[in-house]
Amino acid sequence: MDWILAHLDDIGRLTARHVVLAGVPLVLGLVISLGLGWVAHRVRGLRGIALTGSGLLYTIPSLALFVLMPLVLGTSILSPINVIVAMTLYTVALLVRTVVDGLDSVPPAARQAATAIGYGPARRFVGVELPLAVPVIAAGLRVASVSNVSIVSVASLVGVSQLGDLLVDGFNRAIGGELLAGTLGCIVLALVFDALIRLGERLLTPWLHTGREASA
Amino acid sequence: MIRLDRVTKQFPGGTTAVDDLSLTAPTGKITVLVGPSGCGKTTTLRMINRMIEPTSGTITIDDQDVSALDAAELRRGIGYVIQHGGLFPHRTVERNVASVPLLLGHDKKKSIARARELLELVGIDPGLGRRYPSQLSGGQQQRVGVARALAADPPVMLMDEPFSAVDPVVREQLQDEFLRLQGELGKTIVLVTHDIDEAIKLGDHIAVLAVGGRLAQVASPHQLLTHPADTFVADFLGKDRGYRALGFDGAEVPLHHESTVVLRDGAITDPAPHDDPWTLVVDESGHPLGWASTDRLGQITASDELALGGTLARRDGSLRSALDAALSSPSRRGVVVDDSGTLVGTCRAHQVLSVIEEQERPEEERVPAHEGGEGGDDGLDPRAPR
Amino acid sequence: MIGTILDWLLSAQTWQGDDGILARLLEHIGYTLLVVVIAAAIAIPLGLWVGHTGRGRWLVSGANAVRAVPTLGLLFALVLWLGPRLSGELYFVLPSVLVLVLLAVPPILSGTYSGVAAVDPAARDAARGMGMTGRQVLRDVELPCALPLILSGLSSAMLQVVATATIAAYVGLGGLGRFIIDGLAVQDYAQTAGGAILVALLALVLEGLMAAIQRLVVSPGLTDNPGRQRSRRPSLRSRTT
Repeated sequence: MDWILAHLDDIGRLTARHVVLAGVPLVLGLVISLGLGWVAHRVRGLRGIALTGSGLLYTIPSLALFVLMPLVLGTSILSPINVIVAMTLYTVALLVRTVVDGLDSVPPAARQAATAIGYGPARRFVGVELPLAVPVIAAGLRVASVSNVSIVSVASLVGVSQLGDLLVDGFNRAIGGELLAGTLGCIVLALVFDALIRLGERLLTPWLHTGREASA
Repeated sequence: MIRLDRVTKQFPGGTTAVDDLSLTAPTGKITVLVGPSGCGKTTTLRMINRMIEPTSGTITIDDQDVSALDAAELRRGIGYVIQHGGLFPHRTVERNVASVPLLLGHDKKKSIARARELLELVGIDPGLGRRYPSQLSGGQQQRVGVARALAADPPVMLMDEPFSAVDPVVREQLQDEFLRLQGELGKTIVLVTHDIDEAIKLGDHIAVLAVGGRLAQVASPHQLLTHPADTFVADFLGKDRGYRALGFDGAEVPLHHESTVVLRDGAITDPAPHDDPWTLVVDESGHPLGWASTDRLGQITASDELALGGTLARRDGSLRSALDAALSSPSRRGVVVDDSGTLVGTCRAHQVLSVIEEQERPEEERVPAHEGGEGGDDGLDPRAPR
Repeated sequence: MIGTILDWLLSAQTWQGDDGILARLLEHIGYTLLVVVIAAAIAIPLGLWVGHTGRGRWLVSGANAVRAVPTLGLLFALVLWLGPRLSGELYFVLPSVLVLVLLAVPPILSGTYSGVAAVDPAARDAARGMGMTGRQVLRDVELPCALPLILSGLSSAMLQVVATATIAAYVGLGGLGRFIIDGLAVQDYAQTAGGAILVALLALVLEGLMAAIQRLVVSPGLTDNPGRQRSRRPSLRSRTT
């Protein structure tokens, strides 16, 4: 506890970096997955390729992916870009399937009704299919966010700093307080991300939270 | 014979699902439990094979108290059919059907061979036996469910909404085949349904249950339609009750000679002079083909140019079918055939109605004589009104 | 760059010896199998029990909550806390294996539980109604029907263990992670990247192996209809390392 109070500045700085390293890939990954998922949903032939490809990508252990990124990107091994790209890949790998599942879950009647009243494919996607797929996609995003926050801490082993630094340093110097601070920081961050996604889902799907009086 | 004696089931929390129910399901007959949801019909069924234990009362099968038997062994001797079939998705169709014989330790080869016979019996191509349930249609799955229940040749069958999960056309087909099968096998069957039409069609006896597990009436379908015990039963029976009851009334209706013409080799060769606007066309062996407009008789070349004009009534059929044949015919003359489908004459609606009117009055005296064989036996609840 | 990595990967010298690739590979596979077997021995019976009886569902959600704890923190904490009480090789092996088991249990548990819970209630009811005992229902109906999700859970656990065992090299565990960690320490990128490639390949091969096993042991009746079966749910697949 004393250690935590004495190092609030460091903790704050590392937390901010952790938020960026875990959060930016979440947003990027979501956007890419929506595009890929839409294509995979519409073009049956691409579905298998997209799902298998993302599945194989996800099997690669995080430390290996971090280390191999410079080979692909030409970056320095210490560059945070490696971590952001790797985490984006993981997010996409998890979310593409979720987006396809979510779009599959849209009731065909709603889709046909949208077509019948004159929506084109693009407007139908944004105006009807996407909103109705939000609950499924949000569930996938929550899984990805918990996973991201934990995986990002591994990046300390390759020298990209964030809350994981507290874990590594706390271990190397056997400072229990520091280790605890890093662990708690990650857990709190995961919970905050989770709460934010839930909030976003709620705001995007007001029809699911109308309560009883609205149906009367 | 299955006998329920003062059976009550209260679930934890105090809801009474079945309330002091006494009922007998006679050997070799179909007893239907029918009622709205929450009437305890499924609970009643499931107490018979001890899927649910009664709070009080006794249930016996052929005078053997079921609570004295090992539950699993008891169930292996009772066929059990449920909605959607409840097939095992990981087993092939024939392996599904062989489940009970294999549970009983029968030889595997014989059990599978028996399964194939049963598939044929319920109208499934035994070639489908190697497939998995997910590759079958809903109606086929339901048939396999029935075959599976029959596999160990149990004398007793319990069926819980066995035909509810399929569309109306398939349902009717399954019901007809079920009745045919029961005619061959003569099992003691207790069947649960929420559909009163199904109950009337299938049941030898119908027990109508009210919400809270109260027995409202036990009666034959005909008795139920003509003499519902109270307004609950009458409401549950629904509309057209009087008309539907005619379906169980067989009586001679006056038949009239109908002059016919014969369609032979794509032409009507003997267009006899006729002042009626409609003429009945038959084939060479006297089977009715349909009605033709009299002034167009010369132009008819094939039977599909004829107005089939509604249902055919059978001479020994019900008053309902005779009336319906008359009402749905373009000439207002109902076509009546014998067992071989040969024309025996036509009937008129007003004469069918006269028969009905003459019949209604003495009915109350007629009931015991007519229904005595099935209505009064086996200690069925005597609450059916006189 | 790629040339030096290939040199490292292909030279006979790096493959031989106690700290050669072959030995490290076998170590990695050995730890992974050991951990997955232990975790399965715990999680499958537990998941079957929870799914069959419907009791103790909090165990599943509780195990899943462990995912929010960063793997690295868990690993370091256990080594610091347990290590001093152990001697010799056990100093880092036992805490590492414990953490790996801890991380492998949730996906198997949740896969087994959801597999059993997802069994068609009508099939379960029919099984009981035709006179199967509780044990027979579990063995002949629930277990085979749950198999696709159990295997998904197993393969997910296996990937989690392969990935985490790599990191555990940092606290002294053997395996392919050694090359990455040691390479990073001495700034030998060829060795680091070579190790990473080997770990990635191992993960891919194990994943392929699990897919083949799945095809062999799961009834075709459960997989012929892909629309009906969500064979791999994201929560099962996700890793924390």
